[in-house]
Amino acid sequence: MDLNFTDEEQAFRSEVRAFVRGHLPGGIRDKVLNGRHLTRDETMDWHRILAEHGWGAPTWPKEHGGTGWDPVREFIFEEECAAYGAPRLLPFGLRMVGPVIMTFGSAAQQQRFLPRIAAAQDFWCQGYSEPGSGSDLASLKTSAVRSGNHYLVNGQKTWITLAQYADWIFCLVRTDPAARAQAGISFLLIDMKSPGITVRPIITMDGGHEVNEVWFEEVKVPVENRVGEENKGWTYAKFLLGHERTNIAGVGASKRELDRLKQIAAGESKNGRPLLEDRAFAARIAQVEIELLALEITQLRVLSAEAARKAPGPEASLLKIKGTEIQQALSELMMQARGPSGLSFEGISATYCNLRKTSIYGGSNEIQKNIISQWLLKL
Amino acid sequence: MDFNFSKEQEQLGETIQRFVAREYSTERRKAILKSREGFSREVWAQLAELGLLALLIPEEHGGMGASALEVLLTMNAIGKALLLEPYLPSAILGTSLVRDLGSGEQKKAMLPALAAGELIVVPAHGEAGARYELERVATRATATADGFVLEGKKAVVLHATAANMLLVSARTAGAVNDRAGISLFVVPRDAAGLSLQEYPTLDSQRAADVTLHEVRVPRQNLLGPEGGAFEALSAAFDLGIAALCAEAVGALSASLDATVEYTRTRKQFGQPIGKFQVLQHRMADMLMHVEQARSMSYLAAMRCTDGDAAVRGRAVSAAKALVGQACRFVGQQSIQLHGGMGMTDELLISHHFRRLAAIELSLGDTEHHLEKFARGAQ
Ligand SMILES: Cc1cc2nc3c(=O)[nH]c(=O)nc-3n(C[C@H](O)[C@H](O)[C@H](O)COP(=O)(O)OP(=O)(O)OC[C@H]3O[C@@H](n4cnc5c(N)ncnc54)[C@H](O)[C@@H]3O)c2cc1C
Repeated sequence: MDLNFTDEEQAFRSEVRAFVRGHLPGGIRDKVLNGRHLTRDETMDWHRILAEHGWGAPTWPKEHGGTGWDPVREFIFEEECAAYGAPRLLPFGLRMVGPVIMTFGSAAQQQRFLPRIAAAQDFWCQGYSEPGSGSDLASLKTSAVRSGNHYLVNGQKTWITLAQYADWIFCLVRTDPAARAQAGISFLLIDMKSPGITVRPIITMDGGHEVNEVWFEEVKVPVENRVGEENKGWTYAKFLLGHERTNIAGVGASKRELDRLKQIAAGESKNGRPLLEDRAFAARIAQVEIELLALEITQLRVLSAEAARKAPGPEASLLKIKGTEIQQALSELMMQARGPSGLSFEGISATYCNLRKTSIYGGSNEIQKNIISQWLLKL
Repeated sequence: MDFNFSKEQEQLGETIQRFVAREYSTERRKAILKSREGFSREVWAQLAELGLLALLIPEEHGGMGASALEVLLTMNAIGKALLLEPYLPSAILGTSLVRDLGSGEQKKAMLPALAAGELIVVPAHGEAGARYELERVATRATATADGFVLEGKKAVVLHATAANMLLVSARTAGAVNDRAGISLFVVPRDAAGLSLQEYPTLDSQRAADVTLHEVRVPRQNLLGPEGGAFEALSAAFDLGIAALCAEAVGALSASLDATVEYTRTRKQFGQPIGKFQVLQHRMADMLMHVEQARSMSYLAAMRCTDGDAAVRGRAVSAAKALVGQACRFVGQQSIQLHGGMGMTDELLISHHFRRLAAIELSLGDTEHHLEKFARGAQ
């Protein structure tokens, strides 16, 4: 065992660090460091800058235009980007639909969609949840009825992150209403410009517009936009959910937020001394820092095991739970560090509200514990 | 021991509950939130009519001369319905300071107007470097021939813009964290040299940072003895904390009720999610927090008028520390159990969540009161 990075890995870290410092636009960095929402262009700009450098798909294998990095390099990359204040690359194309298309899509779909994802040309969103189907995703009702060489899609998706910016949405739809819940579902790629699609904003408690309802009314989707076999969509969806969860740990971003917390605590005073030197508060920061240190090693262990096995496993649930608990704890401490000024509804306290979402989305933390109980504890 | 409210108190409680149920629907509240002032002058006038702005005012000044229990019942209802009106800063803090420190003339001039809802008076005490320490005041008041000149900054003054008068604390003597040497001044909101920077708070109320630059006030605007305002400030803030705890209990039980109701009706996996044992236990934990908080709100209410400042302070700190933790747990879990719906601005539950978070940060957070309680025990 060796818990140190090798010389090559250290050199790689320096290379990434130098690149990010040299190329991340200041305006974007400023927004990220202050917890503000990015516009569509700002999100895409950073991805494009990476793409032009050959780093547009840092988690993909080389044959699909990725960097072909091992998990340790991926991790270093994420950490360095996050540390300096680069926005998180959107997961919908890179981490979600991309791997599904790579694994289950046709050669034509791979050629058509993958390069555009890696080059930051298409903005994707994820259309799984419905008003009646959140945790119980397999009960979804949005229907796709085959009619010649296309499907007619009707129904409503909800909580769709950044659908207002998206060019494409990947959806789970019911193609066989008679089959058992999981058995009649297919995986469709739908052009957001298709007639019959309506996007309606949902305003969250922090006042932000991040999620949407997406309505489908007689939307025509060519059969060639179905990934894999008809009625096998659930298998692909489960594959994808595993990928979504490993991404969610967010160790790099949490390290950055930990630094920010310390900065805030150093700037606030308590009994005439910096809050950072207050024993009780310093101990609370230490508690989160230690959890984060452990999570970093756990994440690297899980990712290495996955790389060997070539598929995410139920251990990803552990990363999701811990990662989100840490994100929430950090935002809570930042708000408390500000003392009475934490009452102002600006960046920090709005972020505290916003981050309550992390234990709900991507499979709620209760659902993750069900997975751990079932698959790791075999209960 | 007797845990019952008197007949009159029960009636008052019911009147208030009926009033907020009728006048403060979620829809009405939304409209008020969007209004220019962020609260309703109409509701404020109705609160005056019901006598609720006069609870702390002695009868001789046109008030009700009510006890801490009437305040508790009122705050319960305010917490449940999430009232946006400046009740805590003006009807509790401002009013009790005028009552306790004011000269006969000052009381005659202000108390009846406060009771009638014609006057809004809020304290401007906290400062950026003070965190939750009551005695840390850097703002200075320098005596002149006929009055004082105030210089300094006050932070997070709730409802400053709505107020006619601010009760500004300033140091007339002593070091920055001395208890002695703090004076209070009645300063009109539109006084020359006073400027406000307003912003919304975490719970969609309004606050402002206040800058005082060469603000001149006549000597008769001094409220209470020169340099001797600390004891009264401390008593008023303790009363405010007790009121806040009672408000929290209203918001906490409303959050628990809404969550239980939601989990009864929301179905996933073919059954109400309230059937999942892990959620049942979570709600059982929430209930324990609510009941413990309720007990402490009683203790704080009963002790906050105790003449012995140490007894009073200890009970109030214990209550605020425990209630703060209840606010955090119940608030967070009520969102969690609502799933995505809990995240929306549309449902009232997220507004309760935000108010509960704000209560935890107001008048001393959990950590502050834990430490204060621990220090008192030494
Ligand atoms: C900000 C945000 C962004 C999102 N983005 C997207 C997106 O881009 N695309 C998309 O498709 N979806 C998205 N979602 C939806 C998200 O995946 C769902 O909210 C989530 O799956 C939970 O579903 P629900 O909201 O219907 O809650 P419910 O499933 O109704 O759950 C309510 C509560 O019950 C609990 N619960 C449910 N079942 C069980 C059980 N069996 N055992 C124990 N507890 C249980 C849950 O944990 C939760 O606490 C997003 C959600 C949010 C809040």
